[in-house]
Amino acid sequence: MNRVRNVRRRFMNSLALAVVYTLTAIALIPLALVLWYTAVKGWPAASHLEFYVNVERPVGIPGAGVAHAIVGSAVMVGLASLISIPVGVISGVNLVEFGGRFARVVRLAADVLVGAPSIAIGLFAYVLFVAPFHHFSGVAGALALAVLMLPVVIRTTEGAVALIPASLRESGLALGLPRWRVALQLVLPAAAPGVITGALLAIARAAGETAPLLFTGFGNRFWNVDPTQPMSALPLIVFHDALTPYPALQEQAWGAALVLVAAMLVVNLASRWAVRRQVRLAGQL
Amino acid sequence: MSNLAAYRRPMQSFKPDLRAVPGASPSTLRVQGLSFYYGKTRALKDVSFDIADRRITAIIGPSGCGKSTLLRVFNRMYDFVPGARAEGKVLFEAEDIVTTNRLLELRQKVGMVFQRPSPFPMSIQDNVAFAPRLLGWRRAQVKEAVARSLQAAALWDEVKDRLNAPATSLSGGQLQRLSIARCLAVNPEVILMDEPCSALDPIATLKIEDLMVELASDYTIVIVTHNMQQAARVSDYTAFMLMNQAERFGELIEFAPTGELFNQPRDRRTEDYITGRFG
Repeated sequence: MNRVRNVRRRFMNSLALAVVYTLTAIALIPLALVLWYTAVKGWPAASHLEFYVNVERPVGIPGAGVAHAIVGSAVMVGLASLISIPVGVISGVNLVEFGGRFARVVRLAADVLVGAPSIAIGLFAYVLFVAPFHHFSGVAGALALAVLMLPVVIRTTEGAVALIPASLRESGLALGLPRWRVALQLVLPAAAPGVITGALLAIARAAGETAPLLFTGFGNRFWNVDPTQPMSALPLIVFHDALTPYPALQEQAWGAALVLVAAMLVVNLASRWAVRRQVRLAGQL
Repeated sequence: MSNLAAYRRPMQSFKPDLRAVPGASPSTLRVQGLSFYYGKTRALKDVSFDIADRRITAIIGPSGCGKSTLLRVFNRMYDFVPGARAEGKVLFEAEDIVTTNRLLELRQKVGMVFQRPSPFPMSIQDNVAFAPRLLGWRRAQVKEAVARSLQAAALWDEVKDRLNAPATSLSGGQLQRLSIARCLAVNPEVILMDEPCSALDPIATLKIEDLMVELASDYTIVIVTHNMQQAARVSDYTAFMLMNQAERFGELIEFAPTGELFNQPRDRRTEDYITGRFG
């Protein structure tokens, strides 16, 4: 009797395990395919040094590269970070430390904005930052990306700051320090790893976005580091080149995609490392 | 072994201090008709007593009697609790704590040590230097404050060779002394302690108790404790509080020099509590 039940139990256990592993494997398939395909297709272009040094060339002329797009992405994402990270971090701290009705409105706005389609954000940036000036620019692209990053930074900062125990705050306040100083100079540094993670994730998301840049940064075939002019970006290269009928340009698109994926991977690993530090630190508090 | 024996000192061996009679020492804090509310709930009713200058005053009583609430009135930490409100007076240096607007100054003068030490996520040295730096003290003053406070908190000898080590590398008892040093750095006059030893082992507790007695020559100390033996060992005066069962607010039952309160309690309820009949 007992043995029969044991056999049954073991069988059910193996069955459940098999189901769990199969489903997990199915979930991994698209991820692995995307990475593998990008790597295989992108490698021919991305394995040349010229790819990182030169700019686009007309079809048929060898030695084309995406240096202008790498720089364009860096400039636009950098500018967007300069705007959205300080504003987002301060807002996030404010949500936790001061609260109130205003904070609830900001939180709701951030939640709505997180879910807003990025093409809509691009349209918004076009109307505000492109149409009045009658030309596309890197600045407009950066502003569109900043709007995209802002809610992510706000919510992750809020989450990290809320994890800091109230006792730390109390100890600071009991020393006769003003609330804003306790919030910015004691609580925020304690939450720094989580805040940095949020910022990195926002950067990764902005770097991979195409839609907000289509009619703001627009793209540029030439070397340009001036953000008041139209600027290229890696996702724009992928978008434009992949649609052309020329195998050489399609290869460039795959190469740009591979560079983008590799950059994302680095950012994600960095943020994981920051999270681990956060957890370790929180355990010590 | 000797430490253990000391911990087991009988209750009757409270500090013999002949000056410990009301009126013999000038008062630092005068609590006059203090009531306290959390929203509509009354937490304290009509508490009045004087806290003697440079003496240790213990507040004892069972859980929920309002001891901690009373302590948090003295440095207005209750301000951060929504709906909390105090009525009555607490006089400190010719000013009423309940109505003062100079809160930051008040909290520097009336420091607080909490039940659980919460080290700032930075080095030992920076923990103590944090508040002085933010208050804009000069570099030399900050340095002096770090050494002075760590010495006064009896931590200097243990950490002087690793001032830049993270504070989290200290033991529980050391962390609590670091909290005391942090509080001393901004030159307080009163130190409030909210069950400072309840998270510590007996030996660390004893160290903190010895430290309190030493600090009492320069500072006025008010300690909330669950531990009657601790009150008997370290304090000069004891306030016994109890929750009014009918109306659910905390009230002061008896306030007297510690020896008197433990040996000849005037109130029946005090006697019941200290002899362990309830609580």
